[in-house]
Amino acid sequence: MGEFLNQLFTAGSIVQLAVLAGIIASVSFGVVGTYVVARRISYIAAAIAHSVLGGIGLAVWLQHRLQWEWFHPTLGAVIAAIGSALVIGWVSLHWKEREDTIISAVWSVGMSTGFLFLYFTPGFKGNLESFLLGNILYISTSDVWIMLLLGAIVVGLSVFFYNPLMAVCFDDEFAQLRGVNVTAFFFMLLIVTGLSVVLLVQLAGIILAIALIVLPAATGLQVTKKLWHAMVGAVGLAMLFTSGGIGLSYVRELPAGPSIILLAAAGYFGVLIWKKFSRP
Amino acid sequence: MAPALKFQDVNFRYGENCVLRDVSFEIEEGICSCVIGPNGGGKTTLLKLALGILKPETGDIRIFDHHPHIGCKLIGYVPQYMQFDPKFPVTALEVVLMGRLDRLPWWGRFGEQDREAALAALAEVGLKDCCDRPFAEMSGGQKQRVLIARALVTEPRLLLLDEPTANIDLSVEEQFLETLRSLPDKMTIMMVSHDLGLVERLTETVLCVNRKVHHHKVAELDGKTLREIYSGELRKEHFEHHHDHG
Repeated sequence: MGEFLNQLFTAGSIVQLAVLAGIIASVSFGVVGTYVVARRISYIAAAIAHSVLGGIGLAVWLQHRLQWEWFHPTLGAVIAAIGSALVIGWVSLHWKEREDTIISAVWSVGMSTGFLFLYFTPGFKGNLESFLLGNILYISTSDVWIMLLLGAIVVGLSVFFYNPLMAVCFDDEFAQLRGVNVTAFFFMLLIVTGLSVVLLVQLAGIILAIALIVLPAATGLQVTKKLWHAMVGAVGLAMLFTSGGIGLSYVRELPAGPSIILLAAAGYFGVLIWKKFSRP
Repeated sequence: MAPALKFQDVNFRYGENCVLRDVSFEIEEGICSCVIGPNGGGKTTLLKLALGILKPETGDIRIFDHHPHIGCKLIGYVPQYMQFDPKFPVTALEVVLMGRLDRLPWWGRFGEQDREAALAALAEVGLKDCCDRPFAEMSGGQKQRVLIARALVTEPRLLLLDEPTANIDLSVEEQFLETLRSLPDKMTIMMVSHDLGLVERLTETVLCVNRKVHHHKVAELDGKTLREIYSGELRKEHFEHHHDHG
């Protein structure tokens, strides 16, 4: 534990970068996750998260094949996140009867595309796992800056549009009657969810990212009475889970992603059980 | 003066299923009317057409002579509270403030004026002291009244209520009647209801909706006919019979 704290306060160390990245990402997760859980679209968020692999695979392949060094995997991930958010959002609004099928299709097509691109990129197969489950060893200072930028966009939009977003989540029909562009806000919510997943790829990977968006928010929503209280709670919990998970993985030599997620799940189920049995 | 609500030869279908056929009626301003009919007869569809949430296949709908997408701003809509997520973390005041979203300043925060209007609307429905109560912890009747306050804060000329007395008990219903009676006379009220007592005591006209729409004045109907319409409502065949041959 002492060694962990020592590393944490060593400028530029892997542990410090990872914890910093986790704390930055946590702000987006808490805010966006609360909307996602309150609007009950976590399965849509999960589909967007998984399809991000398609964009990452494409970027890696282009970098290798065409030497497009500027096409960073994060850029590919952002494009895939926005693309799948638009497709899924459109289906959810206009093709309700096929919604579940198409969401599953986007989910697996995105992942398959990613796998194929990575397969055709020699020398990259070994790192596939780091995209799926995250690998804090690969976090660089520039990643932290990108996260800071994306996080600022995500949180800025979510906080600025707090009132209409809350109305859309609570009762979209009524919000529409009051002149709120419900469709635009629904797409915005899906896109910022996708961007939040991108923030987390390096830390927890795309498979685990969705859990860190949903679980702290669901925990916060269990114990609060106002949406923004739940957001603040979720941000705090996400910071606690990411930092704690990284600490646990360092001390016990475990993979960081699964440690973070299991900690978050323990927190969520703990509160759930406590609420269940503390009720009079 | 333009009627509060006017349907002219409106047809609507979901896929192959014809929900409303050749519907024409007018609701005058200041009238309180009730929409009745069997489940699946098209009552909710009728409301959603008036609100512009659904578009008619053919025909014309006017709200104070406006097209629904403009006219809907003049409508205060009270949906059934049962359709909401029962755990959503929002206070009564926050729900009522949603009625002021069209006046939200560009910086996205409600002003003092909106807050005062929302508090006044809560007071009007008798929930003055409940503004910080979580919506999720309120009783059915209280939720219903919060939703009415949310509709009132929009300063509507036409109030549309979807089964306002469903799932609330009798004493609450009295309170609800008081609330409706205390509204300004000018306000036009239209509600979907299964509640016969409510129709007799409150409303002046009845719209019977079962694919077709028939418009009756309550004063012209004697109690027996009214009761017949209602008992018929339970059995669809009878309902159709009453209007086709009666």
